[in-house]
Amino acid sequence: MAEQVIPAWKKWLEGIGEQGVFFTRFVRNIFAGGFEWSEFVRQCYEIGYKSLTLVGITSFIMGLVLILQLRPTMVDFGAESMLPRTLSIALIREIGPVITAIICAGKIASSIGAELGSMKVTEQIDAMEVSGANPVQYLVVTRIIATAFMVPLLTLIGDVIGLFGGYIAINLTDDISFYLYFQKCIASIEFVDFIPAFIKTIFFGFAIGFVGCYKGYNSNKGTESVGIAANSAVVTASLWIFVIDAIAVQVTNLLYY
Amino acid sequence: MADNKDISTVDQPVKTDTNEVVIHIKGLKKSFGEKEVLRDINLDLKRGENVVVLGRSGQGKSVTIQCIAGLLTPDDGELTVFGEDVTQMNEDELKQLRIKIGFLFQSGALYDSMTVRENLEFPLTRVLKLKDQQEIDQRVEEVLEGVGLADAADKMPSDLSGGMRKRIGLARTLIVKPEIMLYDEPTTGLDPITSREISELILNMQRKYKTSSIIITHDLECAKITADRVVVMNDGEYIAEGTYEALQASENEFVRSFFNEQK
Ligand SMILES: Nc1ncnc2c1ncn2[C@@H]1O[C@H](COP(=O)(O)OP(=O)(O)OP(=O)(O)O)[C@@H](O)[C@H]1O
Ligand SMILES: [Mg+2]
Repeated sequence: MAEQVIPAWKKWLEGIGEQGVFFTRFVRNIFAGGFEWSEFVRQCYEIGYKSLTLVGITSFIMGLVLILQLRPTMVDFGAESMLPRTLSIALIREIGPVITAIICAGKIASSIGAELGSMKVTEQIDAMEVSGANPVQYLVVTRIIATAFMVPLLTLIGDVIGLFGGYIAINLTDDISFYLYFQKCIASIEFVDFIPAFIKTIFFGFAIGFVGCYKGYNSNKGTESVGIAANSAVVTASLWIFVIDAIAVQVTNLLYY
Repeated sequence: MADNKDISTVDQPVKTDTNEVVIHIKGLKKSFGEKEVLRDINLDLKRGENVVVLGRSGQGKSVTIQCIAGLLTPDDGELTVFGEDVTQMNEDELKQLRIKIGFLFQSGALYDSMTVRENLEFPLTRVLKLKDQQEIDQRVEEVLEGVGLADAADKMPSDLSGGMRKRIGLARTLIVKPEIMLYDEPTTGLDPITSREISELILNMQRKYKTSSIIITHDLECAKITADRVVVMNDGEYIAEGTYEALQASENEFVRSFFNEQK
């Protein structure tokens, strides 16, 4: 038993150490000068564009379904008019950021992991390194900053689309004007709802980019390792999202209440 | 980086007129897990010299040059390039060294998200930090013509054949005019005519820029054209060394078996 457990823990700890080293390399390269703007913009476009449809559809359905699920209970309590408010708080505080981040983990972390993994396998990263260029700066810094930038943006868009889904759901049975609905939604959102939620999405985005890059950049040289890199990037990134979420809620409560 | 040398020197074979050693390897060892790949590698590469390494597949030829470029860390032994110990270098020193070393990967290793032109511009803008677009374009044209692919500039690597990819990989390495070239099987997978052209290109590089090269190959014609000296590798050691002709006439059976294949 112990013979199995100890190596597993050792490996896990080594992994943490390696991630720490990778993180320092990333940070040092942000400030090393010569930021790759054009690659950054390209990555932003790729990341945003690739995930927009999926984020849009899921958020819409989430908003719709939440209203349909909440409605019977709220009607029992005679709190039907609270529906927009309930939805907007749930969506903006928690469901929007987490759902968007999970989708991005599946879509972006895996594609970054696979892309860098295959660059590793086909020796492109080695080639960049021996040429004296800086693969961390070109490949890693751009991708991590792009995800940290785009995931919050996607979340904002997802939130709006989700609220719109809720509007459609309410209108299936009731009649509420578009203007009134959004007014109710927005009126119930306060600074303390929005800002912490927004900040945590930056961390979500960072985690997605970082894990994807780390797994891809450090994958082994074998064709099967591309699949492994992509797969473990998704699993690890998803896990990180929930860990960050749990930490974020504690921090927020400490700061605001 | 070697600057453009005077054109008048182009056709003067440089050979080993200075005895400056640019790469010094002594007792180099490298294992992967239990597997001992390099056991005892000894080699001195002089300035302007072409050394060809022959050896069977999986003998650690690629591993040797990856150690030289600092991609792998040897377990033991001396390894100096331009008199400096590669194994002791920090990231910045390694980067400075790598600017002077060109490395042709066995697979070509083209950046597959970039066009051929962007591939070639990458080391110019990222490593040499050239700003002048005219100079960049000129260098790209020149090197593409050198490998006989002047019209491939705007293609994606995925649209190229294996041989073309290899030649572009070579072009991307040569474009910075390195002082030391490490060629990993530059002609494998190419037709005889292109192979010969590549071999002559290697020879030309040596003459034109005094490039010192280690050339790993299975292609005897390439070896014959390019080699000032040939070493034969077996079981993680260099077992024979000499000019092409000398080794061809060698008594050693293993060495001879390399040369007989072709007849
Ligand atoms: N990064 C690595 N990790 C583990 N083993 C490796 C690694 N690189 C090479 N090896 C092993 O080292 C041995 C020598 O590999 P190398 O690529 O140097 O062979 P080679 O002489 O270049 O052969 P070929 O002519 O086929 O290219 C092989 O058995 C290979 O499996
Ligand atoms: Mg090899």
